[in-house]
Amino acid sequence: MPDEITLSVYRGDKSGGQEVEYKVPIQTGMVVLDALHFIQAHDAPDLAVRWNCKAAHCGSCSAEINGSPKLLCKTRVDDYVGEVIHIRPMHSFPVIKDLVTDVSWNYEKLRQVPAFQPAIKAPFTLQQRDVDRIQEFRNCIECFLCQNICHVLRDHDAKDRYWGPRLMIRIAELEMHPLDTGDRLDLLKGAAGVGMCNITKCCTVVCPQGIDITDNGIIPLKERVADVYWDPLGGLVRKLHK
Amino acid sequence: MSEDIAYHEYDVLVIGAGGAGLRAAIEAAENGLKTAVLGKSLLGKAHTVMAEGGVAAALGNVDPQDGWETHFYDTCRSAHFINDYRMAEIHAKEAPDRVLELEYWGAVFDRTPEGKIMQRPFGAHSFRRLAHVGDRTGKEIIRTLEQKIMTLNVDVYQEITATKLFKDQERIAGCIAYYREDGRFAVFTAKAVVIATGGWGKAYKVTSNSWESTGDGAALAFRAGAELADMEMVQFHPTGMTWPPGARGILVTEGVRGEGGFLCNSEGERFMEKYDPVRKDLSSRDVVARGIYKEVKAGRGTPHGGAWLDITHKGAAFIKHKLPGMYEQLLSLADVDITKSRFEVAPTIHYTMGGLRVDPYTGATSVPGLFAAGECAAGLHGANRLGGNSLSDILVFGRRAGAGAMEYAKDTKMPKIDDTEVQAEVERVLAPLSRTEGENPYKLHEDLQEIMAAHAGIERNGQSLEEGLGRIQELRERTEHQMAKGSRQFNPGWHGVFDVQNMVLLGEAIIRGAIERKESRGAQWRTDFPDELENQGKVNYVQRLTDHGIELHPEPVPEMPEELARLFKLGMAPGLANSARKE
Ligand SMILES: Cc1cc2nc3c(=O)[nH]c(=O)nc-3n(C[C@H](O)[C@H](O)[C@H](O)COP(=O)(O)OP(=O)(O)OC[C@H]3O[C@@H](n4cnc5c(N)ncnc54)[C@H](O)[C@@H]3O)c2cc1C
Ligand code: SF4
Ligand code: SF4
Ligand code: FES
Repeated sequence: MPDEITLSVYRGDKSGGQEVEYKVPIQTGMVVLDALHFIQAHDAPDLAVRWNCKAAHCGSCSAEINGSPKLLCKTRVDDYVGEVIHIRPMHSFPVIKDLVTDVSWNYEKLRQVPAFQPAIKAPFTLQQRDVDRIQEFRNCIECFLCQNICHVLRDHDAKDRYWGPRLMIRIAELEMHPLDTGDRLDLLKGAAGVGMCNITKCCTVVCPQGIDITDNGIIPLKERVADVYWDPLGGLVRKLHK
Repeated sequence: MSEDIAYHEYDVLVIGAGGAGLRAAIEAAENGLKTAVLGKSLLGKAHTVMAEGGVAAALGNVDPQDGWETHFYDTCRSAHFINDYRMAEIHAKEAPDRVLELEYWGAVFDRTPEGKIMQRPFGAHSFRRLAHVGDRTGKEIIRTLEQKIMTLNVDVYQEITATKLFKDQERIAGCIAYYREDGRFAVFTAKAVVIATGGWGKAYKVTSNSWESTGDGAALAFRAGAELADMEMVQFHPTGMTWPPGARGILVTEGVRGEGGFLCNSEGERFMEKYDPVRKDLSSRDVVARGIYKEVKAGRGTPHGGAWLDITHKGAAFIKHKLPGMYEQLLSLADVDITKSRFEVAPTIHYTMGGLRVDPYTGATSVPGLFAAGECAAGLHGANRLGGNSLSDILVFGRRAGAGAMEYAKDTKMPKIDDTEVQAEVERVLAPLSRTEGENPYKLHEDLQEIMAAHAGIERNGQSLEEGLGRIQELRERTEHQMAKGSRQFNPGWHGVFDVQNMVLLGEAIIRGAIERKESRGAQWRTDFPDELENQGKVNYVQRLTDHGIELHPEPVPEMPEELARLFKLGMAPGLANSARKE
């Protein structure tokens, strides 16, 4: 293995920028975030990058590595031996500086989702098999990589018509909670725009948590919406038996 | 150039958006107070998100003999009895309600076959007590609190760093903070302030902690006159990753041992049987960490200087279900499949038991109007924290500090912040950007970590501690002359200046506490005083910052009343004694 690797890192802000090359000595098992920390300590102390846990738990360090949306702390440098590693900020959100983007839109939308409305007081009696699915969704680390890749948001910038896959699984986790009494189907069909998703599954592919966003989350939500709007009585019955 | 400063007023200002801070804010906001929360990261990404193994609460779902008495008993024993018994009592009694409240707010814990919240065994807990979600419990907790906060009228300020607290005469008046995004300043005037800024593990190099853990709030409050206690007590978690170098220190949850994993040295010996024949691999953290350390020193370490941890006998399906995060973490970072092979672990700095000295009921510090909760506060954990007791700590005492701040705020007028103090702080914070020469914060941070490892690590002695004190005082001098290249826009080099100042101040307090405590107890292991001494067990070392520097004095540990003290005279854990009596 060579003892050095070249990183080409986007440097810039709202007003624009370009990639700048840095050389970093390779250490065994190094992740891209380690390489960026090396650059900060030796070449560019003001290089902006978000991170927290360095263990793929917090979802802070999202970026695009050679064009693929990834977590910087989970991507090994030795996957790119012989190549230059290009690191750019997430494309679908406005750049604040370097690799840091403004993801506040996601939080605005999260705030607009009607909260959990339990039918009874805790302690709940719930079987593990009934919560496996929602636990899958609650494993989300809010890295917003899925939001970044979804073509509805990325290429068509339709943030006013579709809230994106992260928000879909947030809604799914509530809708599929056996004790929730809330109703978010109008929201899904309307402002949240579940109909805008055309099931390309790109979100599922990039999810670092391996959440089956499309098959387990979005498609069942689409079905619920279709049931209610085509068959109001059936939808009502289903809701009561939830 | 005059600064464009934003001014805000709140009844309750919470500094820190981890579990303790969010829970405090919920309490104040639900009761109608105008509340704000500040955090250095985005919402939901604070250090708490990393917690893995579980939250300790005597729900008795799997072991019905469990109850608050036994949780209290386990906590005090692990604390080596220098903790505040009242905090331990409140904590043990209230933790179950705090966990159930999370369930009501939407948290989805793993279930027992009867459909109750599942509980797993953990080191030095007498019963299976940790409610959990696989090995990602912290995320479930912080996400639930984040989602709850979003339903309330709380102003959440993200990616903002407080650098100084202000007082109006003797009472607290608020703080100043800069936005990380663009370096703008904001001044928050508040009737009451809650510090919930977490620990200072980043003062050490090999640590499981996130970058946020630089002890800002504890340092800010210390400078504002609040007292610190038990600073010498810094927890080494026995099982951090050893390899690859970039991953050194990243946590391997105690859940691996809780679910049946065991430790071996290079000779294949299950050495914990030697150090704690009863609890073995699930002994308390101080004992297991020292066990691994001693094996390595005796030449029985693994290739990267640790011990083997083996859970392969549990089978792939079980491991992937119970410890999915660990499976994934070791596979992706270290190329190890833990379902097929054992792996190396070594002690890593994990938790700071010491911190701001608080009232057990309200979290009040010695500064009127200033409250503290969570890892930045001292009192519950004494000389050694039990696994799972921090997530319960932040919920129980986060809520209580929120309530304490609320009560205080209700009966008081809005204080005033002196503008000349604001201007002086703005100048101080901006100064590193205009220096053309000065110290590099990255380098100072490395130097600090080297000093702490060399002089205040797992094994300590008086002479080395004294040397360390001299070195850290020199370092403190250098932190006043730091320089940051670049602009005010999201500039980590500039942010690091203040992190380092805070850590160096607390590092000195750690060393001073360790010098004063001339014995070995829990996390404090002194080779020149290898025994636990009765007279030392009666005091906490309390520190105060004065014009002449840090002053330290012993305070008596509050003495337990008979109705609690009797729980330790049964010859066994109270829950076991109860069931023995029934049989
Ligand atoms: C890897 C790992 C696993 C763990 N597992 C467990 C476990 O299984 N069970 C358990 O009980 N405990 C566990 N712990 C310990 C536990 O997670 C922490 O002790 C606890 O989460 C601390 O919570 P807190 O709210 O006090 O502080 P933190 O979560 O550290 O939050 C501090 C907050 O303060 C903010 N802040 C700091 N400085 C400033 C400033 N200057 N201005 C503004 N805001 C500021 C930060 O941004 C952050 O929002 C674990 C810890 C780690 C590292
Ligand atoms: S499946 Fe739907 S949500 Fe996912 S990327 Fe495609 S269009 Fe977007
Ligand atoms: S669903 Fe997956 S990709 Fe999307 S935010 Fe959550 S963890 Fe990230
Ligand atoms: S730093 Fe937390 S996910 Fe990468």
